[in-house]
Amino acid sequence: MRVYVPQLTKLAKPGQFVHVRCSSGLDPLLRRPISLHGIDYGKGTISLLYQVVGTGTRLLAEMAPGDEIDVMGPLGKGFTVPDGIKKALVVGGGIGVAPLFPLIHSLKHYGIQQTVLLGARSADFIIGREQLELLGVKVKIATDDGSLGYKGFVTRLAEDEISGGTPDYFFACGPNPMLKGLISLTKGFGLSGQVSLEEYMGCGVGACLACVCKSKAAAGREPDDSAEGFEYKKVCVDGPVFEASEVILDD
Amino acid sequence: MTKPADNLTDKPADNLTDNPADNLAVKPAVKPAVNLGVNLGGLQMKNPVTTASGTFGFGPEYAPYVDLNRLGAITVKGTTLEPRKGNPTPRIAETPAGILNCIGLQNPGVDHFIAEDLPYLRNYDTPVIVNIAGNSLDDYAEVTRRLSGAQGVSALEVNISCPNVKQGGMVFGTDCLMAAEVIRVVRENTKLPLIAKLSPNVTDIVEIAGRVAEAGADALALINTLLGMKIDIRTRKPFLGNTMGGLSGPAIRPVAVRMVWQTARAVRLPILGMGGIMNAEDAIEFILAGAAAVAVGTANFVNPGAAMDIIAGIEQYMKDNGVTDVNDLVGAAWK
Repeated sequence: MRVYVPQLTKLAKPGQFVHVRCSSGLDPLLRRPISLHGIDYGKGTISLLYQVVGTGTRLLAEMAPGDEIDVMGPLGKGFTVPDGIKKALVVGGGIGVAPLFPLIHSLKHYGIQQTVLLGARSADFIIGREQLELLGVKVKIATDDGSLGYKGFVTRLAEDEISGGTPDYFFACGPNPMLKGLISLTKGFGLSGQVSLEEYMGCGVGACLACVCKSKAAAGREPDDSAEGFEYKKVCVDGPVFEASEVILDD
Repeated sequence: MTKPADNLTDKPADNLTDNPADNLAVKPAVKPAVNLGVNLGGLQMKNPVTTASGTFGFGPEYAPYVDLNRLGAITVKGTTLEPRKGNPTPRIAETPAGILNCIGLQNPGVDHFIAEDLPYLRNYDTPVIVNIAGNSLDDYAEVTRRLSGAQGVSALEVNISCPNVKQGGMVFGTDCLMAAEVIRVVRENTKLPLIAKLSPNVTDIVEIAGRVAEAGADALALINTLLGMKIDIRTRKPFLGNTMGGLSGPAIRPVAVRMVWQTARAVRLPILGMGGIMNAEDAIEFILAGAAAVAVGTANFVNPGAAMDIIAGIEQYMKDNGVTDVNDLVGAAWK
């Protein structure tokens, strides 16, 4: 879905999201956080890529060209491209590839080499391969059922890339088990990176504390009543993009 | 959304005649001045609309969407003596016309609130209601003392009704004697207006309201969320990280309106009504049921400017219906 919203687009950065009202009625009540899949600064449009999973996304899919939509944003802290990186590894799992596209464009713009790894259940769920190849980006694919590319997890492809020794930074978005695997893998190789997280969200502005993730608490400021060595950070305003070394993902 | 100053310009100047008498005759009929100000147990509010605790953070989160100066009051996130980490995720689940939450009173603690969050709120000409919770009577007493000594706190809302923590919440609020005891302890430690926030998860809300009134509350806030639950049929497990959660949103509004009606008729304390208020019509319904003021909660998540729209809508309703003082609407449905 492409949305013409020039004021919002002007401020948008890769990795940020918008909070979308899917219905003008009371069911579904809450907005849906959807990451920016495309940002066209020239045209003043953003594009949103979503998978139809429930009532909200079904209503979005039923919208017709020209319809008006209520979007709030841009929200959240997006990706930052650290100075000095030369070759990035970009890993997307399933619909998690959506927010990586604006980042991939930016990396290209900065002249940073990149390899993009896409993982999904099967070939049908691999998103954006053609666009990436048109962009001249090196793409490798893994599918659970082997219907396209390597048969197995995308983390295995990541391991091959990293042990090949080429990337000096990574960016990832996808399901938690994938991110968890990737965080542990990259830690082993001493490779830093950023991950974009997803969580059930309420307000989208940091007020309701619904969408939290565990973060390794900074020393000396543990706001803790149980000394478990983590604090909850807000995915909507402290993220959705976090330093990979900071987050603790549950199983 | 018109400010009083703008009203003067709404009427085109060429409608005026040279005869002063004609002009006088016209003016009141076009825009009667309305009084939106209310007094909630000693807390003077410029209009009857505040935010529901826990849905509005500490204020700055919504500053891009809401003119905080225009709110009748800002009610901030529940605050405890020590920092609280809160419950595991998922902390929120959607239900028909409602949401279940189990945040678990995550907050940075009262000292952090006073040092880091309160100074920001002092920039605004809007009273601050601080929601407080505790594990024990001593906790409530100490939080009350610390907040009462802090500049910029206008009132305390005593949370004896959170369904999402083991202690310090609903345990107090569903037991008449305990509820009264908490209010008594808070009362002993503050001169600030004291609002007791009641749980709807009781057999008789009127009885508990009467007890906390006797114990020294200046006003009552109702209702907190209704205890609810959702089960994921795919995993066959409770959906929420804390198993149960509090239901809010339009789904609970009729229950809240009923409880405000019952309580307002039985207890002589002003009521801060809340529970699924999405727009001005909903807010007016609570006022007619007997609420002196209303709090906007879940609606903030759907429409971040909801409180502004509701204030403007109440004013419009009054103008459309020839009501000059919002206090005349309080409990008007009883007549």
